[in-house]
This record gives sequence, C-alpha cells and structure tokens, in this order.
Amino acid sequence: MDAIISAKDLVFSYPGDTELALDHVSLTVGKGDLVAVLGHNGSGKSTLAKHFNAILLPQGGVCYVDGINTADEDRLLELRSRAGMVFQNPDNQIVATIVEEDVAFGLENIGVPPEEIRIRVDEALTDVGMYEYRLHAPHQLSGGQKQRVAIAGIIAMMPKLIILDEPTAMLDPRGRAEVLETVIKLNREFGVTVLLITHFMDEAAACRRVVVMDDGRILLDAPPKEVFSHVSLLKQVGLDVPQATEIIHELRRSGINLPDDIITDEECVEALSSLLASSGKGGGRA
Amino acid sequence: MTAIETKDLTYLYSRGTPFEKAAVDGVSVSIEEGDFVGVIGHTGSGKSTFIQHLNGLLRPTSGQVLLYGRDIWEEPKKIREVRFQVGLVFQYPEYQLFEETVERDIAFGPSNMGLSPGEIRDRVREAADFVGLSPDTMQKSPFELSGGQKRRVAIAGVLAMRPRVLILDEPTAGLDPKGRDQIFHEIAQYHGKTGSTILLVSHSMEDVAKYAKHVLVINDARKIAFGTVDEVFSHTGELVEMGLAVPQITKIFAQLRARGFELSPHVYTVEAARRELLRVLGKGGAQDA
Repeated sequence: MDAIISAKDLVFSYPGDTELALDHVSLTVGKGDLVAVLGHNGSGKSTLAKHFNAILLPQGGVCYVDGINTADEDRLLELRSRAGMVFQNPDNQIVATIVEEDVAFGLENIGVPPEEIRIRVDEALTDVGMYEYRLHAPHQLSGGQKQRVAIAGIIAMMPKLIILDEPTAMLDPRGRAEVLETVIKLNREFGVTVLLITHFMDEAAACRRVVVMDDGRILLDAPPKEVFSHVSLLKQVGLDVPQATEIIHELRRSGINLPDDIITDEECVEALSSLLASSGKGGGRA
Repeated sequence: MTAIETKDLTYLYSRGTPFEKAAVDGVSVSIEEGDFVGVIGHTGSGKSTFIQHLNGLLRPTSGQVLLYGRDIWEEPKKIREVRFQVGLVFQYPEYQLFEETVERDIAFGPSNMGLSPGEIRDRVREAADFVGLSPDTMQKSPFELSGGQKRRVAIAGVLAMRPRVLILDEPTAGLDPKGRDQIFHEIAQYHGKTGSTILLVSHSMEDVAKYAKHVLVINDARKIAFGTVDEVFSHTGELVEMGLAVPQITKIFAQLRARGFELSPHVYTVEAARRELLRVLGKGGAQDA
C-alpha cells in the first residue's frame, strides 16, 4: 500500500508548555486505510491529527501528506483540499443557512466552476444520505444530520484523506451510528483514507487499525483485536475496551478458557454460546 | 417524600402560530427525595426542555411543577429561590466559566444567595472537595485548566449552592473514559453523602445502568416510561426503535437468551454479567477479584 501519511519523528509543544505534546512520533498510513486514534484527553491525538492538514506545523521532524510536505506554504491550499478535517461540534462548522450552500462553501472558495459545484454538492449529499435535506436550514437538523452535512462539505472537495476529530462526541446513539456508518461507507466504497479520533471503543473496534496515544507518544499500533487484548494497559492509560471484550477478559481472569481476541457483539455471543453449551447449560439451538 | 413532581406538564413552542409544536406534552412524573434518575431520549425528544422546567428556567404553557409539594410558580418573584434549590448543570458547562480565579467562579452562586463570607468559603471548599479540585488550583484562572478540570469547576459552582435537587445534562460528553468515570464517581459520592435527589441526562446507557436507580424515557415530547433500571431496560426492542440504545452487554445477553440459554434478562453491567455467567457455570461461590 502506498503511504498517504508519512510522519517522521514529529515534535511539537504548545507555547508555554514544558512538556511535549508530541514526543518524536512517527506514523505511516497507507492509502485507503481506516485508522482509529485513541488516547485520553491531552494524550496528543488531536495535536497529531492537526499536523496532517497543516493546522499545526512540526517543530521537529517532517510530515508528508499525499507527497506534500505540510510545512510547504506554497502548497497549503492543495494540501487542505486533499486532507479534510471534521471537528467535534457540528454547530461550529456550518456556515451557511441552507444545507446545500454549506456543502458548496469550500468549492466556491477554491474556484470550482458553478456547474461542477452543482454536481459535486449533489453527489456529496447523496453519499452521506442527506440529499433530501439539501434545501433545509441546518438548525432544523439533528446533531447526526448536521455532522453528516459537515462531512459532505469535506467530501465535495474530493479529498484523499479525511480526519475526523471526535465527530460523534456530542451525538445521541442514533446520530453516532449514522455518522459511523457514513465514515465506513466512504472508506469502503470510495477508498477514502480515514483517520478517526474517538473516545468510543466500539467505533475503534470497527476500524482496521488502532493507534493508541499516551503522553505524546504512540503506545500501541495494531489491528483492533490485538490492541483490545491489552485490557489492563488500556485501562492504565485512561481508556476502556468494548463491553464484549471486558466480559470475556473478566471470565478469563476467573480461570475460564475463552479466546482473548473478542471485540464485537457477535464474536462474544458465539464464544459464550459455545462455553455455555459445552458446560451443558441448556440452549442448544445455537 | 416527593422531591419534585410534574403534573401534566406541557410546553408549546411558537404558541398560536401555524408552527405551534409541543416540546413537552403532558408529562406527569413524581420523583422521590434521594432518588437517582437517569433521563434518556434522543436529541430533540424534549428532555432538555423538560428539565429546564424543573428549576423554573422555562414556565409551563400548562400543567405544574411541584417542588416539595409547592408549585414553583406560586410566587413568580421568588423563582430565584427555586433555582438555588434545584441546581442545573448544563451541557458543556465549562463554557460558562468567567471569573478570574477558580475560587471566585465557584463562589459566584453562593455569593448571590446572600450568605456570609465565612459560609461562602466553607461551601466553596466543600464543593471543590466533592469534585476533587486540589487547594492549589483554587487561585488559578479557570482558563488555564484542562477540559476535564474546567468541567469540575463548573459542576462545583452548582454544588456550592447545596441544591436539594441536582440536574446534570450530559455531564461527561466529550470526556475520555477515565474522566467520565471520575466525574460519575464524584456525582455518586455527592449523592451518597448528601442524600440529594439527582437527575442525570445521558446518552450512555452503560452509565445510566451503572449509576441510576430509576430511568425516565422521553420520546416525541412525551413520557414513555418511568421505572426501575430493570423495568425500563428490559424493553430493549422499543428503546432501540426510539433511537436509543441498551448497553452492549445487555444486547449480548438478549442474543444468548434468544438462543435458548437460561440467563437473567436483567443484566446491564459487565459486573452483573460476570456474576450471572459464573453462577450459571456453577462457579457462583467464587468471590475472586
């Protein structure tokens, strides 16, 4: 897989802080990957993400996104049209009073011809399932819908990389599910590389790769199954595991023989079914 | 004793216009003193509008809010008294901090209650203690603190009024799992020590299951259910239809039961699941860590 993000030895600290927010971080992300970034508040995950579309510039090390050095000011616009960012609060990202105008905002800024704007806006809204709301006012939408409009505004720019910084933190369960489905669809069907920063372990479990940050460093970087097998380590750094993983972990600690790589509901149900069936505790339709 | 009660509470937006819409529609509910109630409902269900009635921020279009048996609008001029007794912590309360020091920010509420400087100092210290703010943070600017710390300052500002009823609207939204657990732990301790009545609005069914005694479900401006955690979460299908969720572990148990395994339908936490599975597997006596 070709790399879309190639960050080497990144160092960054905020003005007035003695500690490093990023402490020599190196990360390579292949084109088309779906990567979750976990870490407690202040672990450096948002700082890292902000390096990928040059909101922050490295104080040490170097960062390439789709072959562009993020410190190259001459290519800043080009970089930002290739790497789009979605933030936590939908209300802070919507600028227009009509949904479709909001989605068109970025395109107008980079001088895309009107007839092409029309096409791209319609496609982007269709992709996030918001086409029928194109003439609504954003304040009439739910949080999940607003967040999908924000995502449409990004994908209309046809970026190769989308960075989402806790896009579901302010949403209810339905809104969270809508946004997560949209993100996964963009990745699977359109091959957009996704970097998803989240505090929700079930969202991380749905990604292909999970990067865990702590104290400005990368602590773990592996597929979700492997990352979530480190239950105690994750809890130590202020994180959690899915409940499906936790119950299996608890039972294993009680000396019960179960697989240690369970992260989804289905896997957990299967493992517990075999366990209960083999101990002759009823059921059997399994 | 009933702490707070609503009788047929209704609130209409844009009353008398073609856009008239009920945000709260005939909600009657009675909450006992010392209860810990989880309030759930999707965004736009009316739950925030509902709770804003409980301390008189909104005035009902019709119906009543009774605080310890008295209609809070009996004497509208005394509505401030109600706001001292019913503390409301908004979503993202850290955006409401404004004072120069943490201490002065927490003291803002009690200062408006006409208390003596000594009493104010005591209350500020007590409230800071509850939320785990160390004495050396008290003279800092609240804006120097981390997000989780700021939120603690904001919560302490409400606790310092020693409200008999404390309402928290999504107090842990946006916090990491550790920050979330700490804040819930502090709220649970406050509840245990003061015996005050707590209403917790949350989207996290895992957390509601863990901390609440009763659950109030609001959907489409109406009260759908008010009962114990057991009663409410046993209606998994209906909750999911309303755009809510049940804890992941509850979903897992529902699927196991559907496969014919005889397991308790009342499992909402990982700890309860562990106990239930060990019991069924005949290891119930094992009181291991």
